[in-house]
Amino acid sequence: MTGWAPGGVLLDLVGVDVHYGDFQAIYGVSLALAEGETVTVLGANGAGKSTLLKAITGMLPITAGDIRYGGRSLHGIPVHQRVGMGIALAPEGRRLFPSLTVEENLLVGGHRARPGPWNRRSVYELFPLLRPLRKRPAGVLSGGEQQAVAIGRALMSNPRLLLLDEVSLGLAPIVVKQLYAALPAITASGATVLVVEQDMRQAMAVADRVHCLLEGRTALEAQVSEVTADQVANAYFGSITDAVS
Amino acid sequence: MTLVNAIVQGVLLGGMYALFATGLSLMFGVMRVVNLAHGDFAVLGAFFALVLVDSAGLSPLVTLLIVVPGMAAFGYLLQRGLLQRTVGASPLPALLVTFGLSIVVQNLLLQLFSADQRRLQLGSFETGSFQIADDLAIGYFPAVVFAIAVALLVGLSLFLRRTQLGRLMRATSDDQETARLMGVDSRNMYALATAIAFATVALAGVLNGVQTNFSPASGPTLLIFAFEAVIIGGLGNLWGTLLGGIVLGVAQNVGAWIEPAQQVLAGHLVFLLVLALRPQGLIAKGAPV
Repeated sequence: MTGWAPGGVLLDLVGVDVHYGDFQAIYGVSLALAEGETVTVLGANGAGKSTLLKAITGMLPITAGDIRYGGRSLHGIPVHQRVGMGIALAPEGRRLFPSLTVEENLLVGGHRARPGPWNRRSVYELFPLLRPLRKRPAGVLSGGEQQAVAIGRALMSNPRLLLLDEVSLGLAPIVVKQLYAALPAITASGATVLVVEQDMRQAMAVADRVHCLLEGRTALEAQVSEVTADQVANAYFGSITDAVS
Repeated sequence: MTLVNAIVQGVLLGGMYALFATGLSLMFGVMRVVNLAHGDFAVLGAFFALVLVDSAGLSPLVTLLIVVPGMAAFGYLLQRGLLQRTVGASPLPALLVTFGLSIVVQNLLLQLFSADQRRLQLGSFETGSFQIADDLAIGYFPAVVFAIAVALLVGLSLFLRRTQLGRLMRATSDDQETARLMGVDSRNMYALATAIAFATVALAGVLNGVQTNFSPASGPTLLIFAFEAVIIGGLGNLWGTLLGGIVLGVAQNVGAWIEPAQQVLAGHLVFLLVLALRPQGLIAKGAPV
């Protein structure tokens, strides 16, 4: 890939609007991710978090603004070409290929792989629980196992930008903890990570910066180290004064 | 004809039906498209072979080298250019468009070749047979067709299980949107699946044209047999398709053994019976492809 300076901006959303038909889900959101950084986008159900990821992967068109990646606009680049540019998503609800085995899911994830550290072996090393399940159809796995496959499948493309959508959704806290324990190894491999979550605590523990969405608008943007849990909670739910007025 | 003979011939006939059904099953499995022009494309392939036989003096089996890739290329272009536009949540546009194609193909063939019954000639091989017992003989040609059908299904199954392209095709069948996230161009994948389906239907059409008469109006009957084989066996399952073809072939031949005029009816009755008692087919979906 073309070399932009490490630490430079990898992903840059500028005043992005997204609509579902007549319904506007995202209002003028701007968000920049530096290379190697981990950022979490928090917000309640329906705040527009997954919509934002769909716009970055190209599954939804943006209706205003621009999404720039590695210095160039993603406008007009179809979904299936973005993974080859280094953008990979572990989608909400896992979305594994249920009739394919765990191993086959990983192999499909590596279809447009760039050169890099991730392959079947390193994914099994990251998630040892998957190794004995290799030949199992993905449809019969537990939620936590499926989520591990979904993350592994995204890693197989050796992403420069890894998008994680609601890793914690529907999983027991202990399982969520285990999955998040894999994140340091992923960021150490050089990937820039955008974590979308409802589970504030887990996401804040791994992220450098936090970006809160409230009803499709940016409610808070800060370094994790410089923000209190109350501030984030206010931005997450909308402050009391907002609710009254 | 003894009952044993009827069953053996029925099994062999089932190979032919499975050959017809494979493409239908594949297109449904990958794209959820029911191609109502499937039988007519088989007849189109047979006429394509007939033209090559008449003009270049080729053996019908040699024409396969041209007809099969030719129809595959046609299928690819048809999917990219036309059928892709019908892909969506509703199955209706694809049904209507392929129904229209069925009428177009039938009338085009009628214009070009008249309504006469035609046949592809293969000489003595067509009528030769192994004599197994006094009242049981297996024709060379039906045996070859059966072997081709089994080989095709084994090959297709290996392709879908063992190759990366096959895995991508199954992934696209499971979840087209997520497959695109993995870098799969689903339009290309659909067109490739259609190309394979058209290759198999061309093969079936030519072999059928050697075994029996065909005319521009033969397509819908072939479609019904293919349908019945797919439904009896279980939708979206290649081995089910072979089993379905065999069940249909045996039902027809045993029916003919009981009452010669009711061969086709017997097949329909078994089909309806399966539909009533086991609508998911003999081998339910979810079993390996």
